[in-house]
Amino acid sequence: MQGSRHLLWIYRAYVVIFFLYLVSPLLAAGVFAFNDSMFPSLPWQGFTLDWFFSSEGPKLGLFHDDRLLQGLGNSFYIGVIVAALSVAAGTCNAFLFERKQFPFKGALYVLMVVPLVIPGVILGISILVFASMVANFADQQFGLFLTWLRPGIPLVVLGQFSFLTTITSLVIAARLQKFDISLEEAALNLGASRLRVLLTVTLPFLVPALFSAFVVAFLVSFENFNTTLMLVGSDAPLTVTMYDRMVKAGSTPVLNAVSVVLMLGSGGLALLSVLAQRPRKAG
Amino acid sequence: MYDLSCASVTKSFGSFTAVRDVSLDIPSGSFFSILGPSGCGKTTLMRMIAGFETPTSGDIAIKGQSVVTLPPNKRNVKMVFQHLALFPMMTVGENIAYGLRCRKEPKSEIAPKVARVLDRVGLPGSQDKRIDQLSGGQKQRIAIARCMVLEPDVLLLDEPLGALDLKLREHMKIELKQLQHQFETTFLYITHDQSEALVMSDNVAVMNAGRFEQIGPPKALYDAPASGFVAGFVGDSNVLPGRLAEVKGDEARVEVEGGGTVIGRVADASKPGDAVEVFLRPEALRIGAGGEGTSLSGTVESFLFNGASSRILVRSGAHLIEVADPEQSGAAAQGGAVSVAWTAEKARIFARRPS
Amino acid sequence: MSRDAGRLSLILLFMPFVLWIGLLIILPQLGIGYYSLREKVGFNQFEFGLKNYVDFIGEPVYRNTLLRTAWMSILVTILALIAGFPVAYYIAKIAKERSRAALFLMCLIPLWVSDLVRAYGWIVLLRETGVISTALVKMGIIGQPVEMLYNDITVVMGLVYTVILFMIVPLVSTLQGMDDALLEAGYNLGGSRLTVFRRIIVPYAMPGIVSGCIITFMLTAGSYLTPILLGGKNSSWFTEQIYNQFITRYNWESGSAFGVSLLVFTSFVVWAGLRLTGQSLATTVAKD
Repeated sequence: MQGSRHLLWIYRAYVVIFFLYLVSPLLAAGVFAFNDSMFPSLPWQGFTLDWFFSSEGPKLGLFHDDRLLQGLGNSFYIGVIVAALSVAAGTCNAFLFERKQFPFKGALYVLMVVPLVIPGVILGISILVFASMVANFADQQFGLFLTWLRPGIPLVVLGQFSFLTTITSLVIAARLQKFDISLEEAALNLGASRLRVLLTVTLPFLVPALFSAFVVAFLVSFENFNTTLMLVGSDAPLTVTMYDRMVKAGSTPVLNAVSVVLMLGSGGLALLSVLAQRPRKAG
Repeated sequence: MYDLSCASVTKSFGSFTAVRDVSLDIPSGSFFSILGPSGCGKTTLMRMIAGFETPTSGDIAIKGQSVVTLPPNKRNVKMVFQHLALFPMMTVGENIAYGLRCRKEPKSEIAPKVARVLDRVGLPGSQDKRIDQLSGGQKQRIAIARCMVLEPDVLLLDEPLGALDLKLREHMKIELKQLQHQFETTFLYITHDQSEALVMSDNVAVMNAGRFEQIGPPKALYDAPASGFVAGFVGDSNVLPGRLAEVKGDEARVEVEGGGTVIGRVADASKPGDAVEVFLRPEALRIGAGGEGTSLSGTVESFLFNGASSRILVRSGAHLIEVADPEQSGAAAQGGAVSVAWTAEKARIFARRPS
Repeated sequence: MSRDAGRLSLILLFMPFVLWIGLLIILPQLGIGYYSLREKVGFNQFEFGLKNYVDFIGEPVYRNTLLRTAWMSILVTILALIAGFPVAYYIAKIAKERSRAALFLMCLIPLWVSDLVRAYGWIVLLRETGVISTALVKMGIIGQPVEMLYNDITVVMGLVYTVILFMIVPLVSTLQGMDDALLEAGYNLGGSRLTVFRRIIVPYAMPGIVSGCIITFMLTAGSYLTPILLGGKNSSWFTEQIYNQFITRYNWESGSAFGVSLLVFTSFVVWAGLRLTGQSLATTVAKD
C-alpha cells in the first residue's frame, strides 16, 4: 500500500521500543552483578566476579553467603517435590478429563481451571487458615501435634501444588488429546495387558509433555512469591530470602548476582522444555 | 469348520442400532470383504470381532470357540488399523516383536521370527528403521507383518488402503491379495470402495444400515444383485425410477417417470403398482434400434473418454443415460439423435430405495 | 472391555482430583469464609456475625484501598491491552516466519524470570541513585538526581510490565489463526484501515482479548511484590492489607474477610467480563 511506508517504520520503532522496555530491567538487574562497587548503580567501577565468588565481606559472594545458599537449597527442594507431585496429579487429571465420561464433567472441568484465577495471596491464606483449623482440631480432640500443618515447607508445597496442578493438567491433557487411541487398541490387539499398554505405548508418548510440565512447575514454584509468603516458616526459599534482604538490608550487588543465577537457570530450563516439546524430524 | 462365524450379532448404542442381526461364516484361508458406505456399521462389526465392543446379542466364534467373553488381548484375531497404528516411538523391529514379547516368547526366538516375517513381506533387513522413514506402502506391509508374525486365526483389515494415494492403492490391492495367498490366513477386509472388495475377495458381504444385504462371490453380486441397494452400490448403473405396471411371467413392464415404458425382470418381491427402479448397466446398453420397451431414444449430450471404460452420455427426456463405448466406435455424433437398446433380461427391477 | 475395570479406573483417577480440589481449594475457601464470619469476643471465644465485613466497609482506609486496587487493576489491564495488541499483531501477522518464533520467545523470556528479579531491575533503574537518574545528571539534562520510584505512574508501569506477557501470548495465538485472506477481502471490499481493524480484526481476536484481560486482571489484582517494591510504604495495595492483617496483626478473622472480599470482587469482575463478551471460563483460560 502506498503511503504506509512511514507507518510501518513507526510501527517497527514501537515494537523495538517495546522490546527494550521488556529487557531493560532484566539487563539492569544482570549487569550490575559484575560491577566492582558496593552499590548496584552507576558509575561503573570495573568488572568483577566478587559478588559471585568472593569468600569474605564486605563483598561476600553469593556462593559463600549461607543464608542465600540455604534459600537456594530450599527452593530447589520445594520445587522438585512440588513439580513431581503436580505432574503425578496432573497426569491423573488429564486421563480423567480426556478419557472418562462422568456426570457434571463440564462443571468439574471449570473447577479444575479455577485455581488459576484465584489470586495467589488468597490461595496462600486460605490454605494457611484451613491447615491450622485442622491442626487445632487434631490438637484439641486427639492431642495430636501436627506440626507439618503449621507454616513451613510442607505447607508451602501444598500451597504451590494447589495451583500448579492446574497448569500441569492442562499441559498434559493437551498432549493426551493428540494421542491416537487406535495405538492403544493396536497394542491390546497384539496381546498386551492394560498395564503393558500404558507403560509401553501411552506413557512414552506423553513423556515430552510430562517433562515440560515438570520443568514449568519447577520454574513457577521456584519463582513463586505470593502464595509462598503466606505459608513460609523458618526455612525460607530463595525468593523470600531475597525479598527480606531487599527490604531489611537494602540492595547490594549480591542480589543482582542472585538475579543472574535465577535468570540463567530458568532460561536454560525453559529452553530445555521448549526443545523437548519440539517434534523430532527424521534425518 | 469356519475360521470365523457370527450368529445373529446385534449391537445397539442407546436407541441407535449400529449392527442388526448379522450372520456370517468365513471358511478357512479365504479372503472375505465387508462392503458398505460409511456409517453402515461395518467398523462396529469389526470392532466386536476384535473385542473392542461387546455385542448386545448374538455370538461370535473363532475356529468354533465363542469369544464374546474374551478380552481383546486374549483373542487370536489380529487387526490392521485404518491408519495402521504403528507405534511411532519404536523401530520396525520393535513394532513387529511387540506381540511376541507380550506372549513372553524367548528372546532367542523373537529375532529370527521378526527377520522371517520381514522377508515374507519383502522388506528384509529393515528392523532398525524408524517408522517415519517408511513409505506409505512399506508402512502397510509392516502393519501386516506385525500381525502375521503372531500367526492369527483371522486377520482383520479396516480400510487400510484409505490413506494411500490412488496409484499406490491400485498396487497394494494386488499385493494384499498375494500376501493373503502366501500366508494362507483368513482375511476379513472392510471397505467402502467396491473395486477393492471386488478385486481381492473370494466372498463379499454388502452391508447397509446395519444389515447384510447380500453375501456372495464378487461376480454374483455384480451379475445378480439381490436388492436395489446392491445393484446401485456395486458397479455403475443407470437408474430409471417408475411404477411397476404389470408382470407377465418373466417379463415386467414399468412406466418410467417422465414418460415411456421399459420392459425388464423383477429381481425382488415387487408387485404391480409398487414404486420401483430399473437398473441398467452401461455395458448392457448399446447404440442402435431396439423393440418397444427395450430401447429409449435421445440425443448424444457428450462423450466421456476414459480408455476402455469410455462412455457416451445420452439425454432421454429427464434422464441422462451412460452407455459403455469401449471402442469409441464413433457410431454417434454429438447432438445427434440416437436410440439406446438392451435386452429385457439385463434390465433389473427393484423396489424403490428410500431416499 | 470389562465394565468393572472401567469403574475402578474411573474411581482411581477421581481420587487425586477430589483430594486436590476438595482439600486444597474448596475446603480452604470455605475455611476463610467461616473465619471471616466469626468475631472475637474474648480469649478463644467467638460469635458469628458480619462484624468483620461491617468494619471493613465502615473503615474508609480499607474500602478505598480495595477500590483503588480495583481501578488500578482495570487501568493496568486496559493499558496492557493497548500496548500489547500492536506487538501481538506484529508477531502474529507482520513479522517474517523466522523472526516470528524468535520474537515470540523473546516475549516469553521475562515470563521465566521471577517477579522479584523484574521488580528489582526496575528499582536499580529508577531510584534516586539509580541508572536513569544518574545518567540524566551526567548528561546535564537534569541538575539533581530525581526519585522515580514510589509514585502511581511507576507502579502502573511496573504492573503493566509484569502482566503484559499474559496479554500478548493469548493474543498471538488467536491472531495467528486468522486467515490473511480475511484482511485482504476487507480491503478489497473497500474498507479503510480503521473499519478493517474494527470489523474484522477485533471481532476475530475477541477470545484472545477476553482471556488475556481476565488473566491480566486477576494477576494484577492479586499481585503483591510489584506495587509494594515500586510503590513503597504508601502503595495502599489490597493484598498488602491482607498480609498485614494476617502476618503483622495476626487478626485472621478480619484478614479472612478481606480475602473473601477480594475474591468476590475479582470473581465478579471476571464474571461480568465473560458475560459482556459472551465467553466462558473453560474456553478462554484453559485454551493454552
